[in-house]
Amino acid sequence: MATAAKGVVLLDFWVSPFGQRCRIALAEKGVEYEYKEENLWDKSPLLLKANPVHKKIPVLIHEGNPICESLLIVQYIDEVWSNNPLLPSDPYERAQARFWADFVDKKVSECWTRLWKVKGEAQEEARKDMIEDLKLLEGELGDKQYFGGETFGFVDVAFVPLSAWFYTFETCGNFSVEKECPKLVAWAKRCMERESVSKSLHDPHKVYEYVCQLKKKLGVD
Amino acid sequence: MEQAPSGLKLFGSWASSYTHRVQLALKLKGLDFEYMEEDLNNKSPSLLLYNPVYKKVPVLLHLDRPIVESVIILQYIDETWTDRPIMPADPYERAVARFWCYFADDKLGPAVGAVFGLAGEDQKAAVAQVHENLKLIETELREGAFKGRRFFGGDKIGILDIVLGCGSYWLAVFDEVMEVKLVDPEAFPLFHAWLRDFEEQEEVKEIIPAIDRLLEYARGIRQMMLSLKDTPTAAAPAATTTTTTTTNDNSNVAVESGSGV
Repeated sequence: MATAAKGVVLLDFWVSPFGQRCRIALAEKGVEYEYKEENLWDKSPLLLKANPVHKKIPVLIHEGNPICESLLIVQYIDEVWSNNPLLPSDPYERAQARFWADFVDKKVSECWTRLWKVKGEAQEEARKDMIEDLKLLEGELGDKQYFGGETFGFVDVAFVPLSAWFYTFETCGNFSVEKECPKLVAWAKRCMERESVSKSLHDPHKVYEYVCQLKKKLGVD
Repeated sequence: MEQAPSGLKLFGSWASSYTHRVQLALKLKGLDFEYMEEDLNNKSPSLLLYNPVYKKVPVLLHLDRPIVESVIILQYIDETWTDRPIMPADPYERAVARFWCYFADDKLGPAVGAVFGLAGEDQKAAVAQVHENLKLIETELREGAFKGRRFFGGDKIGILDIVLGCGSYWLAVFDEVMEVKLVDPEAFPLFHAWLRDFEEQEEVKEIIPAIDRLLEYARGIRQMMLSLKDTPTAAAPAATTTTTTTTNDNSNVAVESGSGV
């Protein structure tokens, strides 16, 4: 395991797409860090101390300072290590990047929280919303290589971990991401060619297996 | 219509604290702008064109390009006009400021909204939630990230002052309309003192609407919300505010055991 050179520690959970954003960003910057796996059902004193407000992962601890919230962590990483910038330099482009990264959380993740837990009409609505939101993202991607244009950027980092969840979304929601948003699927494949991404994401079937176990554990179904 | 020399146009609503945030930031930066009041019950084609995803105010148009979401707009303004900065320079301080901005919007705001839309025991529980949130901020002021500061931004108003401040005057309004004590100066002395100080700033006084207008507006909304609450099919405002999921909730929504939703 890499030593916490320059004191970088990431408190995380293996399958968390939010944690993966941080792992991808750190990898893109070539930053060595110590990875600490948290047991979400038995959170460590370190986590509770580092994130007393939300008590959640991911938390990046840099030189003793905790930074919480995955998108804030990625921005922090981008600002501290200025090689391979993730956010564009132009303020308008930056605003657009922040908007779409925020959209992933406000809309796509929000749909997911409904999709896996509800049934019937509510699930149908969640499914519809999810497809609509994915289509909006696909519209934003357009024919670009990445959301960042020619280069892999902030929105790519924000969204790509969820691509490992497409299979889970599809199976729970009974739809096909490939059919609805083929450009997103192509984009995800392209991202997986980057080592930072392929080394951070898990096999979609493993993710699905995890969700099934979680559902059982919580008595959802 | 003549365009402001700065090329700025703001679509907003007079009673929207999110709109006030942007107006305050522009004022602090000394930027002129054209203002378009939106009737939120009859949104203009321009608003829908410039914010097709959320269809909300505020929308800042700069040289005909739209920027939406108030915290994103504030950062855009700060990065485009770099005099009189509202964001800290240090990356860690920036992360802290952003964290609490999102806390204000994802936790405190909805909690206050819930108080407004409820009555009786439900309201008591919502008030307790607001107090929990204020306690966290009070702690940061007393012994945490903002210890010893006059404003969250230091000696001058910064982004977090703008975000918290432009919603916090509502707390006093709600106190009046519902006779519910949200910002008890004894329980939250530092927050209370900061709010008084913030509200005394010239620029802030020029932005915040007259208190009687706010009171009238709040009373009207409260009446409507309470009457809707009794209607089975109506979307209770409390429900919509509490289900507002956000960055922090979603940080673990896929992995946490159902908590945080």
